[in-house]
Amino acid sequence: MRKGVRNWGPPLLLVSPTIVILGIFVYGLIGANVSVSLSDRHSLSPAESFVGLDNYFSLFAEERFQHSLYNLGIFTLFFLVGTMLFGFLWAWMLDKGVSAEGVFRSVYLFPMAISFIASGVVWRWLLNSAEGDRASGLNRIFESLGLGFLQNPWWNDPTWGMAAIALPAIWQLAGYVMALFLSGFRGIPDELREAARMDGASEWKLYRHVVFPQLSPVALSALVIIGHMSLKVFDLIMAITKSIYQTEVPATYMWVALTSNDYAKAATIATVLLLFVAVLIIPYLIHTSRSEKAQR
Amino acid sequence: MRKPVSLIAGAAILGLALAGCSGGGDTPSDSGGANEVEVFTWWSSGSEKVGLDALVKVFNEQYPDIEFINASVAGGAGSNAKAALASRLEAGDPPDTFQAHAGAELTDYIEAGQLQDLSSFFDDEGFTEVFPESLIQLLTVDDAIYSVPSNIHRANVVWVNTGILENAGIDPKKAPADIDAWISDLEKVKASGVEGPLALGTEWTQMQLFETVLLADLGADGYTGLWTGDTSWDSDGVTTAIDHYSTLLDFVNSDYTGLDWDAATQILIDGQAAYNVMGDWAEAAFAQAGLTYDNEYTTWPVPGTEGIFDFLADSFTLPVGAPHEEPAKDWLRTVGSADGQQAFNLAKGSIPARTDIDAADYPPYQQTAIKAYADDVIVSSLAHGAAASIAWSGDISSAVGRFGSDKDVAALQSALVDAAQKALG
Repeated sequence: MRKGVRNWGPPLLLVSPTIVILGIFVYGLIGANVSVSLSDRHSLSPAESFVGLDNYFSLFAEERFQHSLYNLGIFTLFFLVGTMLFGFLWAWMLDKGVSAEGVFRSVYLFPMAISFIASGVVWRWLLNSAEGDRASGLNRIFESLGLGFLQNPWWNDPTWGMAAIALPAIWQLAGYVMALFLSGFRGIPDELREAARMDGASEWKLYRHVVFPQLSPVALSALVIIGHMSLKVFDLIMAITKSIYQTEVPATYMWVALTSNDYAKAATIATVLLLFVAVLIIPYLIHTSRSEKAQR
Repeated sequence: MRKPVSLIAGAAILGLALAGCSGGGDTPSDSGGANEVEVFTWWSSGSEKVGLDALVKVFNEQYPDIEFINASVAGGAGSNAKAALASRLEAGDPPDTFQAHAGAELTDYIEAGQLQDLSSFFDDEGFTEVFPESLIQLLTVDDAIYSVPSNIHRANVVWVNTGILENAGIDPKKAPADIDAWISDLEKVKASGVEGPLALGTEWTQMQLFETVLLADLGADGYTGLWTGDTSWDSDGVTTAIDHYSTLLDFVNSDYTGLDWDAATQILIDGQAAYNVMGDWAEAAFAQAGLTYDNEYTTWPVPGTEGIFDFLADSFTLPVGAPHEEPAKDWLRTVGSADGQQAFNLAKGSIPARTDIDAADYPPYQQTAIKAYADDVIVSSLAHGAAASIAWSGDISSAVGRFGSDKDVAALQSALVDAAQKALG
């Protein structure tokens, strides 16, 4: 008995402050948030009663929230496809061997060092929607290059506008995905490639059957990381457009609800966002823990 | 067995203590001392900061033994400050007095029982006599007054670039009689080669333009009725206003959704637009650009709103449980005093809420505003929190923002009807 305590006592003592703090400030607050989302606290006055899932039903029935989900969907689609595509292409090209690889690596990775808020300020100007005489940013560049037909209203477009907001996000994170893929490429032992070549595999077959399968865990991690960043996008939109209807996503809508004192609605949106991220993250965690067990 | 349990308990207490350190607030009001007043505002830069400083100077002269503690929170139109304030009020740690837009935006605080009734204070200080009757009415909620206005701004002002109008063969000094006449002028200006004759900006400036069109088409009583439920949002008058507003959007700069008000006003100053509807804080931008009133630019009320003053005001409140109530009342006295209003408004570019001031002390644009404020019917501005509660104006703002991209008249009107139903119950 004594011996057992000696074994697990000190480690437990060491981690217990973290457990307590996590318990209160992460899980406790998540619980508090969920309980507000189940109440009728729509103003500064205290909640009067428990309303169950009413807030959730009315939120999903709301045209404005559906619009914010639509925006988020468009953004996520372009952001995911863009970062994965560019990240993979760059990593692949670097893997094929270029001179001055270090320079390219830094150039591609560099945007990640800048915060969304800071780059958002610049992109706010680049994505200015004025055309013709008053054009600035990208529209001005197109105009002066004689590519005037490429000018467009960017994020002011009601349907595809959110794709324009995805541009800075892709610019910022494609380099990170490249780094992930590059480490994946580098993690594949040369012996495997040699062996495949010895067996007479063409370069395409080598990639198709030897390299790509080994990259799938990397691709999955990249998808999860980019995907959860996409779902909670907030700072980029606040920096580029502020909280307006055209570019509203659930996170900025939550901010609007909170600052107009509708606590129950803000808490409901927060819970919905948490669930979205959980839907993405939890299967991933299960998958990784299973594959780790399998490796043991 | 005893030992590990106590160890774990001790660790848990340690954890809690650590948690307490990070969670507890070190609030400025804990610093003790009876003769101090903590004033919470979002005036932390620009002309607003200059105005606050001028007001504090007067306060220090009037009450030299009270220490002024500035608790301003920076950030766009006060949204950061409002969030910070809400959490302080929630935690039962209110500042001694805080800034808020006068009017309906205060209802949330009033309904939550967070503000003290200042009616008797108004009587004692004689404020009821020096503030105009219509302003007192707009400040009154359920027979009680909860805030002291520090300044008055006017929202229904058209800023006019005279050069562009003269080019188009229009007399810039003469305001069109109504929105239809204005639209035909806009057509003339557009025909003279100005692509976007009406400069416009982001969501709240669209809302401000829309509210002035409502005001023009419904008149002062009809417009005020929108906020009390006397005018219905699905009436023909509102439809006409939405149609007018929709037509006006055909004359604006194409990048309007991305511009803040100052960028929109700058288009006018740069000579690329003829008109801009903006509150009278725009005056400072014209002055800074070195333009002279009635020469390069002029102003008139939005066509159809002649004789109506679309007002918004900043004001100071007395929260329930303010730690230093007496000094806070002294601050409110300074805010309402003739000297305080004079100093603050000359610096901020607005006009005093009191009517017993000498207009000759103010620059030419403010003189016209002071005259209009004394003579006109006063109504509350929607875009600036005077007409509707925060949630209601948020719903309207979103509907107007949506209209900016889809131009769907019926959808806007039904969204407005829904928003009113939700707000008025």
